[in-house]
Amino acid sequence: MSGPTSNSTSEYKAYWVSTVKLTLYLLAIWFTVSFGAGILFREFLDQYSIGGAPLGFWFAQQGAIYVFVALIFYYCYAMARLGAKYGLEE
Amino acid sequence: MTADFWTWFFVVATFSLYIGIAIWARAGSTDDFYVAGHDIHPTVNGMATAADWMSAASFLSMAGLIAFLGYGGSVYLMGWTGGYVLLALLLAPFLREFGKFTVPDFVGDRYYSTLARIIAVVCALFVSFTYIAGQMKGVGVAFSGFLGVSFELGIIIGMVIVFFYAVLGGMKGVTYTQVAQYVVLIFAYTVPAIFISLIITGNPIPHLGFISNVRGEDVSMLQKLNTVVTDLGFGEYTQTDKSMLDVFAITGALMFGTAGLPHVIIRFFTVKSAKAARVSAGWALVFIALLYTTAPAVGAFARLNLIQSVNGATYVAPENYDEDAARILAEGGKPSPEWFSEWEPTGLVQFRDKNGDGVMQMTGPRDEEKFEGEVFASSDIYVLANPQIAGLPSWVIGLVVAGGLAAALSTAAGLLMVISSAVSHDLCRRTFFPNMNDKTELRVARLSAAAAVVAAGLLGLFASQLGFVAQVVAFAFGLAAASLFPIIFLGIFWKRMNREGAIASMITGLVTTFSYIIYFKFVDTAPTGWWFGVSPEGIGFIFMFLSLAMGVVVALSTKAPPQDIQNLVEDIRVPGTRQPHGMADKEMSPMLVD
Repeated sequence: MSGPTSNSTSEYKAYWVSTVKLTLYLLAIWFTVSFGAGILFREFLDQYSIGGAPLGFWFAQQGAIYVFVALIFYYCYAMARLGAKYGLEE
Repeated sequence: MTADFWTWFFVVATFSLYIGIAIWARAGSTDDFYVAGHDIHPTVNGMATAADWMSAASFLSMAGLIAFLGYGGSVYLMGWTGGYVLLALLLAPFLREFGKFTVPDFVGDRYYSTLARIIAVVCALFVSFTYIAGQMKGVGVAFSGFLGVSFELGIIIGMVIVFFYAVLGGMKGVTYTQVAQYVVLIFAYTVPAIFISLIITGNPIPHLGFISNVRGEDVSMLQKLNTVVTDLGFGEYTQTDKSMLDVFAITGALMFGTAGLPHVIIRFFTVKSAKAARVSAGWALVFIALLYTTAPAVGAFARLNLIQSVNGATYVAPENYDEDAARILAEGGKPSPEWFSEWEPTGLVQFRDKNGDGVMQMTGPRDEEKFEGEVFASSDIYVLANPQIAGLPSWVIGLVVAGGLAAALSTAAGLLMVISSAVSHDLCRRTFFPNMNDKTELRVARLSAAAAVVAAGLLGLFASQLGFVAQVVAFAFGLAAASLFPIIFLGIFWKRMNREGAIASMITGLVTTFSYIIYFKFVDTAPTGWWFGVSPEGIGFIFMFLSLAMGVVVALSTKAPPQDIQNLVEDIRVPGTRQPHGMADKEMSPMLVD
């Protein structure tokens, strides 16, 4: 890669803003399924059940982990798309 | 007898495999030694990371801990997996783009400060040594418990094996042995889990069995477990006695601690690019989740099974088991199960007949009869005895032992890499002898890896005598969360973060967390004094925010970092744009994407 020109610098700024936004969205989900569903709102969710397991308890021991895996792979996909949009060589 | 044969068979077979890999994957340069030539495939690295991460405690103790704690055990499940989301989104790709070998490399170069580098080395060494003592102890326990050799000899055998591949192959040898170790440990974990799930729920997939009905009954497995444990005077399985704030804080400390652990972070330096680091974190979590989502199922099944087969049974001593058990059965009684008597000599299960009636009562703290705890079951027994409880052939037991050893050795090796690189790279090459050439550094690296193996072994011997291993695990996560995570995170996401802020932040996190844990673990162990009711395990999470705040305040009241450093931060945010910068890269040029 050649040195950054003024044009590419502003492109990179836009890329970074998009990255940070994506990161915040995904961290909001990360927080909701673990600290939210598994801890803060557990008692509320426990009145529902999934196959006999209280829902809040299930999120804390199973559900949150499944969502974590999905989150990281979505992040990979979204970042690859973002990279392509800004023509970054990865 | 046959179980002994199979145990030896699997241990010798897997150890030979590890040594074979070590000879094949010798390191030829410091690049090989520290970051495995930074060309490991993301999926392979993910698997190695999973083995690196899952320790003897994850393999042997976690299911038992969850079985005992019920909902309270969720802190480990969420904490030790959720940290990978933070790693993937906030740290790993950017650190890879930064392109150096170690965590202190990043701290020292990003914050243009030898002092910051040295503090980071201290944090990394402290975290890794507390962690490795537990691994070496695990190796000693596995050998002395199953193979009839002494605890000390067990540790020495473990040291020799790790010595082989860590010293010869460095990160390259460690990576490929970890892949083999992952395969061994996941197989050893899931096979018994499938069978025990079949026995309890009739569903072969433990994750589904977890949310199914008990086999042949119209009640869900967890409901039944709740009823059974509350009848005996324990707390409900799906509830906890811990306060919500404490559960929140412990989960947070484990998550941010995971993301800040040096032996996990360095695994992401071994891949080719930022993109590969992201994908690799995803694979690592897939491989980890395989075990971590099985563990709560195993824990619940094993607790139910343990109570049903042991509670109310007439105790049969191991000496004359077959005859005595047959007699009790003939009289229409319920003898204690055979596996119980087989494990009794190891001390992992014990029966103390407090009311002298010869019957095993497993009552809990809320029971009115007040002879709680006639039956002691170590948290390790749940995984270890699973194959016998499930009636599996004796070779499965051998496999489980080999799996436990694989978990302990793979984690120990990852930690050794941090310790040896902290000495040879961060201290010798980067701090004291900047002119050292690559060949000399490689020799020093091997030498310090060898010294680290010996030190870890001695620590394992020493730690087991003091029995403080479990007490200090809180240290590793608390310190990583409060001292390492904040400055790495700010170093990437906040250009204005400077040297002064970093030093203040690290020292704040280190001193506060260290003092709190020491005070409440060793001086005043009563929970009544805990600040806001937060236990020492969770305090790192609270002090992490203090450390972040301190870093920001000090950085804002001192000079902004040099323009050169700010440009560097912009580079690492955008993949593929990393260029050498005079100030941070003059002593060591970054690994660029080819």
